[in-house]
Amino acid sequence: MTTYRKPVSNTWWLERKQYFFFVIRELTSIFVAGYCLFLLFIISEISDGQEKYTLLILSLKSPISLVLHFISLPFILYHTITWFNLTPKIMKLQIGEEIISEKLIVGLVYISWGILSLIIFWLILGV
Amino acid sequence: MAKSNEPILWLLFSVGGMISAMLFPPLIIITGIIVPFGLEGETTYLFEKIHFLVKNPFVKLLLFFVIALPFFHWAHRFRFTLVDIGLKPISFLISTLCYGGAVAGSLLTLYTLLRI
Repeated sequence: MTTYRKPVSNTWWLERKQYFFFVIRELTSIFVAGYCLFLLFIISEISDGQEKYTLLILSLKSPISLVLHFISLPFILYHTITWFNLTPKIMKLQIGEEIISEKLIVGLVYISWGILSLIIFWLILGV
Repeated sequence: MAKSNEPILWLLFSVGGMISAMLFPPLIIITGIIVPFGLEGETTYLFEKIHFLVKNPFVKLLLFFVIALPFFHWAHRFRFTLVDIGLKPISFLISTLCYGGAVAGSLLTLYTLLRI
């Protein structure tokens, strides 16, 4: 005997706002992979010397690059925020008897993000 | 209990997720706003600085993880999303393509870093 399973429509994620944002959150991963490829392109251009680097800077100023960056940034930020807000659900910290509050963990993650971002800016652009 | 690769894939997914969540926003701001709008000042100097940085073996090792692991993050999420939106019948093919893509991405990362 098999149990009856109600077939799930392929458009279930359009039926509710929460489902829609869940799928958007999952699809931010396309922008993550895309930016990985872009980073490889940048590294490859830089390792080819000064001339290629000058062309790289010009291509970063091109409308295509600007548009792609402006589309990617909100998706990547959505990934960042949803990811950080999930961390206390996955990472349960305890000191002795005391369970560390979820808010504290999220706070620490955001502070680490700020510090790491400053390090990145300093490493790449720093004086 | 049957042996499964899922814990390893999940670990790669979550470390890759954390790395991209932390580091990609500042990098996108640099490549998409600061550099194209010329807010960084002297570009020749910037080239020498970045070139010097990426030649360092320790930086290369870090960059390998910073780029390869987010590929696995993508593979894991994209795989489940495709299955969830109706491609369950070909889920094995999807897994192969997604994780295969992440492996290919890692090899490309390795190649790019080694030829600097």
